[in-house]
Amino acid sequence: MREYELVIVGGGPAGMAAALSAREHGINDILLLERDRCLGGILNQCIHPGFGITYYKEILTGPEYAERFIKGIHAAPEIDVRLQAFVVDLNKEKIMTVLRPGSMERIKAKALIMATGCRERTREMAHIAGTRPSGIYPAGLAQKMINMEGWLPGNEVVVVGSGDIGLIMARRFSLEGAMVKGVVEIKPTCSGLIRNVVQCLEDFNIPLYLGHKIARICGHDRVERVTVVRVNDDLNEIPGSAFDITCDTVLLSAGLIPENELIEMAGVKIDKNTNTPISDEVNTTSIPGLFVCGNAFKVYDVVDWVTKDSEEAGIQAALYIKRNP
Amino acid sequence: MNEYDLIIIGGGVIGASIARELSRYKLRIALVEKEAELAFGVSKSNSGIIHPGTQNKPGSLKGRLCVEGNRLTRIIAKEVGVDFQAVGELICAFSDDDIQNLFALKKQAEDIGVPRLEIVYKPWLKINEPNLSSEVVAALYAPTAGIISPYRWVYDLAENAARNGVDVFTNTKVTAIESGKVFTVHTTNATFESRYIINAAGLYADDIARMVGIDDFTITARKGEEFLLDKKREYIANHLLFPLPTKTSKGILVIKTSDGNPMVGPTAEVCESKEDLSTSDEGLAKVFASVRRMIPAISERDIIAYFAGLRPVAGEDFIVRHEDRVPGCITVAGIQSPGLTAAPAIAVMVVDLLKKNGLDLKKKFFFHRHRQKTDHLFAIPFNRTKQLIQKDPEYGDIVCRCEMVSVREIKDAIARGARTLDGIKFRTRAQAGRCHGGFCTARIMKILAEELNVPIANITKRGMGSEMVVKERT
Ligand SMILES: Cc1cc2nc3c(=O)[nH]c(=O)nc-3n(C[C@H](O)[C@H](O)[C@H](O)COP(=O)(O)OP(=O)(O)OC[C@H]3O[C@@H](n4cnc5c(N)ncnc54)[C@H](O)[C@@H]3O)c2cc1C
Repeated sequence: MREYELVIVGGGPAGMAAALSAREHGINDILLLERDRCLGGILNQCIHPGFGITYYKEILTGPEYAERFIKGIHAAPEIDVRLQAFVVDLNKEKIMTVLRPGSMERIKAKALIMATGCRERTREMAHIAGTRPSGIYPAGLAQKMINMEGWLPGNEVVVVGSGDIGLIMARRFSLEGAMVKGVVEIKPTCSGLIRNVVQCLEDFNIPLYLGHKIARICGHDRVERVTVVRVNDDLNEIPGSAFDITCDTVLLSAGLIPENELIEMAGVKIDKNTNTPISDEVNTTSIPGLFVCGNAFKVYDVVDWVTKDSEEAGIQAALYIKRNP
Repeated sequence: MNEYDLIIIGGGVIGASIARELSRYKLRIALVEKEAELAFGVSKSNSGIIHPGTQNKPGSLKGRLCVEGNRLTRIIAKEVGVDFQAVGELICAFSDDDIQNLFALKKQAEDIGVPRLEIVYKPWLKINEPNLSSEVVAALYAPTAGIISPYRWVYDLAENAARNGVDVFTNTKVTAIESGKVFTVHTTNATFESRYIINAAGLYADDIARMVGIDDFTITARKGEEFLLDKKREYIANHLLFPLPTKTSKGILVIKTSDGNPMVGPTAEVCESKEDLSTSDEGLAKVFASVRRMIPAISERDIIAYFAGLRPVAGEDFIVRHEDRVPGCITVAGIQSPGLTAAPAIAVMVVDLLKKNGLDLKKKFFFHRHRQKTDHLFAIPFNRTKQLIQKDPEYGDIVCRCEMVSVREIKDAIARGARTLDGIKFRTRAQAGRCHGGFCTARIMKILAEELNVPIANITKRGMGSEMVVKERT
């Protein structure tokens, strides 16, 4: 079993920043594991500008922001990168099982940083009633389909939830010639950034229904329409307020959930409300030497904070390794 | 013209079981299904329970076929390589009065041949079902109750039938039948001719019956909504948990599934339409309120998926008969619960009916009884995973992160007949986990398009009309 001083799981902005920061603080035996075919994580599909405003004082696109870190990683011989590497199992000794095309191996880490990011809340987690036709996509999946694959998922779109990905995808669909019929948000306020409300909705005349929810999705093979209702302060339906919007696509942008199932498997205490580790200090967990950073630790609004948070995690891991030789 | 000795209409668990049973004999058999894949009807959306027979009346066809089906399922599942787990069931009593009812239920079940029943009390329950509510005072324990993956069961039965010579046609909807010396069966795909037809069309068995002039039954749909919970809660219950059935309701259950996710449901509401598979807020509220009486820790927060299924109801009991007015036509209708359980016993009964009505049944010299079990990474230990990856690198290329499904398994599913995203999901579990396909859908679509050599715009969720993409940039 190969042992590394530091293993980092996740090659998105968080994992890359943590790796570079740990190296800068004297760690030179680092393994970075990424399950995708390339580094960069979710940034690769975020082709809109708006990244790096605080960190670089520049306005970059997602791939441009990622590229700066990818270059740094490739220039660092101390960081061993493995792509298409999938961690399927982890225990409290920080021993993990990693699958790759053609191999399965066990790896032990002295210190471990988890930078596994988030998954999107699904229609099922939002408990939306109705049918289950094709045409219901998490906004991030739709983003991947359009930006990475060149596929247009639908022509008439309703967005559920006013998270940033949803707002950005409302604009993206409009730019592709699709008709975005509205963004429906159950809360009285928008969850996304103000700049996104202005640039993604107002500039495209897309209605924002605050204090409304989707009561039901209709359609047999493909989405045909949604029923929208107004809600009261307890977020319950106001009788008589229902109206239908015809559409063939429903995009879910109802929040992100940190992916911490691996550390939960290892026995780390997890807060059931946030799905993040319970700990006294930032980035730490109930298992010494096991750190969590980036969106897996806390859902940040912008990547700049993810980078800062992850650099801190890199420093903490470096200190841990030096204190426990 | 496609000529057969026998045509089975409907590729659900009933059609597939009959096809597999009949494939032992020297017959030319076609199995025709209107949907894009088998098991897309009632057989995809049910509780997956192989019932012991505790819920059925003495003297009913349901009761007899359930007990016999339970016995046969264990044998055939092994032969065709599907996991059957005998997890056992507990029918819960909440008061001393209820305990009397448990005894009555036990007696009734023993009369129809349900083996090894036992009444268990609090000390037993505390040890064996620790999350059970303290309100439960006793339970009827039926160790022969089990679980199976309903769709994998259908796919593997049909695959084994095909191995033994049955021709399977999907996207083939029967639209008219002429009965004369032989049956001429018109479909959306081709015209077939055969001496015998078996109507196993589930919710539409009455439509098929009308095509040959049988109109003494109609099928109504009774909807059941079910909610799947995160696999993390796999051990929230160790058995299938039933409340004591009341006069108005058979009860809402805590179910173990062969994929590990606990499930709660089903409701039972009469439904106007045979196509209405919608779920409702009321259903959700009702199900969770009911099951929390048994397991108070069950939470809506753990929901990862939900669906509705429609039970095809034609009166109280199953209809399994030869239509004497239309010689050569066998009706298998009204196969509501416990139809999944009874399926292999129904198949044997159908073979008997055919024999009685003049079909010459000669055993094949060689019947492929066994089917090599499909490898699923989620179901095997790591040392076996390692061997598989060494043999075929694509087992190490993971597509679905939540359920650990590899490229090899997806391609294998396609080779075995998967044509849609749902077909892939049912066979492999890819997209069935907590992210619900958020991460893997695009990759699976690409693999499907590549393997089937079709454009992305033709890839569907579950057949024509459910395309995933409206336009591809060229
Ligand atoms: C909510 C729910 C829970 C259940 N739980 C259980 C359980 O735990 N245990 C149990 O034993 N049973 C259970 N059942 C019952 C069980 O699911 C059914 O009895 C069984 O699946 C019926 O199988 P089938 O083959 O008759 O129907 P189907 O699976 O519907 O098969 C019929 C097929 O015929 C096809 N068809 C229809 N018309 C045509 C046509 N014109 N041409 C060609 N093809 C056609 C349909 O597309 C369909 O695929 C449950 C049912 C429901 C709804």
